Amino acid sequence: MAKIHAISDLEELREKIVDDRKQFEKTIILCGGTGCKASRAQAVIDAIENELAEQGMEKRVLMRTTGCHGFCEQGSLMVIEPGNIFYCHVLPEDIHEIITKTIREGEVVERLLYTDPVSGKVIQTEAEIPFYKAQDRYLLAQNRQIDPCSIEDYIAIGGYSSIGKTLSDISQKSVIREIENSGLRGRGGGGFPTGRKWAECREAPGDEKYVICNADEGDPGAYMDRCLLEGNPHLVLEGMMIGAWAIGAQQGYVYVRNEYPLAVKHIRVAVQQARELGLLGNNILGSSFSFDVSIARGGGAFVCGESTALMASLEGKVGEPRPKDVHTVLEGLWNKPTTLNNVETWANVPSIIQNGASWFGFKGVKGSKGTKILALTGHVKNTGLVEVEMGTPIKTVVFDIGGGAANGKPIKAVQTGGPSGGCLPADKFYLPVDFDSLAEAGSMVGSGGMVVMDESTCMVDVAKYFLKFLQDESCGKCVPCRLGIDRMLEIVTKISEGRGVSEEISLLEELGATVTQTALCGLGKTAANPVLSTLTYFRDEYEKHINEKKCPAGVCHELITYMIDSEKCTYCGLCKKACPHDAITGEKKDIHAIVLDQCRKCGICRSECKFDAIQVN
Amino acid sequence: MPQTTLVSILEGHRSQPHQLIEVLQDVQDQYGYISEDSMRAISSELGAPLMEVYKVASFYKAFSLKPRGKNVITICTGTACHVRGANLVLNQAVGQLGIEPGEVSDDGLFTIEHVNCLGACALGPVVTENGSFHHHMNPGKLRKVIKTINSSGTEEISHG
Ligand SMILES: Cc1cc2nc3c(=O)[nH]c(=O)nc-3n(C[C@H](O)[C@H](O)[C@H](O)COP(=O)(O)O)c2cc1C
Repeated sequence: MAKIHAISDLEELREKIVDDRKQFEKTIILCGGTGCKASRAQAVIDAIENELAEQGMEKRVLMRTTGCHGFCEQGSLMVIEPGNIFYCHVLPEDIHEIITKTIREGEVVERLLYTDPVSGKVIQTEAEIPFYKAQDRYLLAQNRQIDPCSIEDYIAIGGYSSIGKTLSDISQKSVIREIENSGLRGRGGGGFPTGRKWAECREAPGDEKYVICNADEGDPGAYMDRCLLEGNPHLVLEGMMIGAWAIGAQQGYVYVRNEYPLAVKHIRVAVQQARELGLLGNNILGSSFSFDVSIARGGGAFVCGESTALMASLEGKVGEPRPKDVHTVLEGLWNKPTTLNNVETWANVPSIIQNGASWFGFKGVKGSKGTKILALTGHVKNTGLVEVEMGTPIKTVVFDIGGGAANGKPIKAVQTGGPSGGCLPADKFYLPVDFDSLAEAGSMVGSGGMVVMDESTCMVDVAKYFLKFLQDESCGKCVPCRLGIDRMLEIVTKISEGRGVSEEISLLEELGATVTQTALCGLGKTAANPVLSTLTYFRDEYEKHINEKKCPAGVCHELITYMIDSEKCTYCGLCKKACPHDAITGEKKDIHAIVLDQCRKCGICRSECKFDAIQVN
Repeated sequence: MPQTTLVSILEGHRSQPHQLIEVLQDVQDQYGYISEDSMRAISSELGAPLMEVYKVASFYKAFSLKPRGKNVITICTGTACHVRGANLVLNQAVGQLGIEPGEVSDDGLFTIEHVNCLGACALGPVVTENGSFHHHMNPGKLRKVIKTINSSGTEEISHG
């Protein structure tokens, strides 16, 4: 493709692409995100290509491999347009039938349709699926309109027109004012007002400035940034371009987790394509604006998501945070003024410029505008990525979108905000998902992880899980974080093993408060949240562990024993075969028993038993 | 170690100490670990003190300073996988292979690793075997995966 030198070139190219696409009568949209690829989407893609070629339909049917649609549980996902027909769990074996029946004849293949687990109804179109219906997918919906490796696709849906508009019509100050007025707050966890950050960086002295996209996504249980970067990399790039122009930066960086190989690949391809078209480089669209972007892969350290640690890591150093007496908007990367924003924050920028601050501000509630993408996981029927207007109550997300409890056990909590967040009990599910409400309740929106937990989850174990995570990830630079987390973990471990004493609960609270107040960076400052929030809402569980030496959920190893219920046992031998520690005795057709001395309580036998004969006491 | 690969990795990064992590990533990808020899070579080519190279290589989880097994079983222990029983899956791997995470089995065939999150949370518990995904894992499924690798692995050895 020839380089674009002016906005008129871009518009011409857009028209041409749209025109070229008119030859296609039908489009097969196939999700090729990491989730669906795990469900053999690549084999499905190959099968479609072969089948279309065999039936001589390549010129009439467009196959688009897209990024993640968010409903990963149902992968591989396919949508056929026009008609909006939605097929789930598609396998390569199904393709011949789909092409022959649905594409050629317009007939629906019933067995591939989605059945709503709540109502039991079979649903034909994507738009009717309850999981999607209750959402406001203005960011995520774009994913299914484009092949992330095709800049043409992005241009066809209006891509890069926001940077075009910015460069031709809007002054740098007005861009910043627009972002400020929109009320956009950072999606990476802190919720800092984006416009204010940009304004401070623009005003910072110095000619050399940087913008960075934080795609480190360290929160275990959140993957919206992966989904955006993987599914719509040009959107993120365009957001960065607008920001760079507004603050006066000529160089940008994307710091992306190396555990996301597909996202790394797609953003690399996107940068290359944008360079080839002249959308990155010197004098973009004939303006005075020059800008380029480099990609850096993260080293798998959670703390590197923190702004100053991330910048140290970009400089090739150990990712340790530094005190923020001087803000990174003044002295950031290479000590130059730097604007760091999260992937989802950047992704919101082009539409705000395109549609105006008031359009964005119309969505959401006071203090929290726009939508937020949540990663809904855990013990709900429908798991996946969910985009809702900010201020949507937790219960709407868990029950209307998530379809409620998955395993028939009542839901007791939702964990939001990852290791920096907290656990909220079911009686708080009326709370709206917005920055301030969740923070007041002792948790946070954070990056948007939402892990639903039913009664099989032990809250002491959850606290222990996060403390272990944080102990592992603490860089060790400051004492409160390094030692404070250690001590908290020690106490919680004691409690989980039935060795705790009641005074330790107040000791935990005291320790938590101290670490919160004195740690150097956000990791330590929020490290006590999982403990403190579970102590607030699930204190009785701690007390049962301490006073009765019992784990009500049957999770904590030291407090449980595994037994075989001889009434239910059919002596099939499965558990015996499964036990890696040879702790089960009894021949086939003979009574089985667990040798307690040998049992490591790994729980494998229980997960294997088809007759629910293995009990936990 | 084939010297040419290291040379080509270093190409374009020479005398740029800030490229240290990128270079280490490529070496890790190519060789599966960062050897002392490669650290020395990287140090002299990038112009970064050896101590700095070691410090960075040992700080980040992405880098392994010891060779890994021929097959790497990576178990995701992110929150979403954790609440759905990732621990059982990890226990299965540890129990079946008789090694702890980070160790190499005696026959050199396996390494078990755990990772904070692979970003496929809706499909948890998730395990990757040499980079390819297995979703909705349970101990039984993992046992089969390991068995399959084991039988093909020993075949290879006896034929080779
Ligand atoms: C320990 C720690 C880990 C963090 N991890 C991330 C991350 O993975 N992604 C992210 O965008 N922000 C992360 N943050 C927040 C960043 O420091 C920073 O506030 C954010 O990237 C700014 O962008 P935003 O204003 O657009 O949210 C983390 C903060 C801390 C303290």
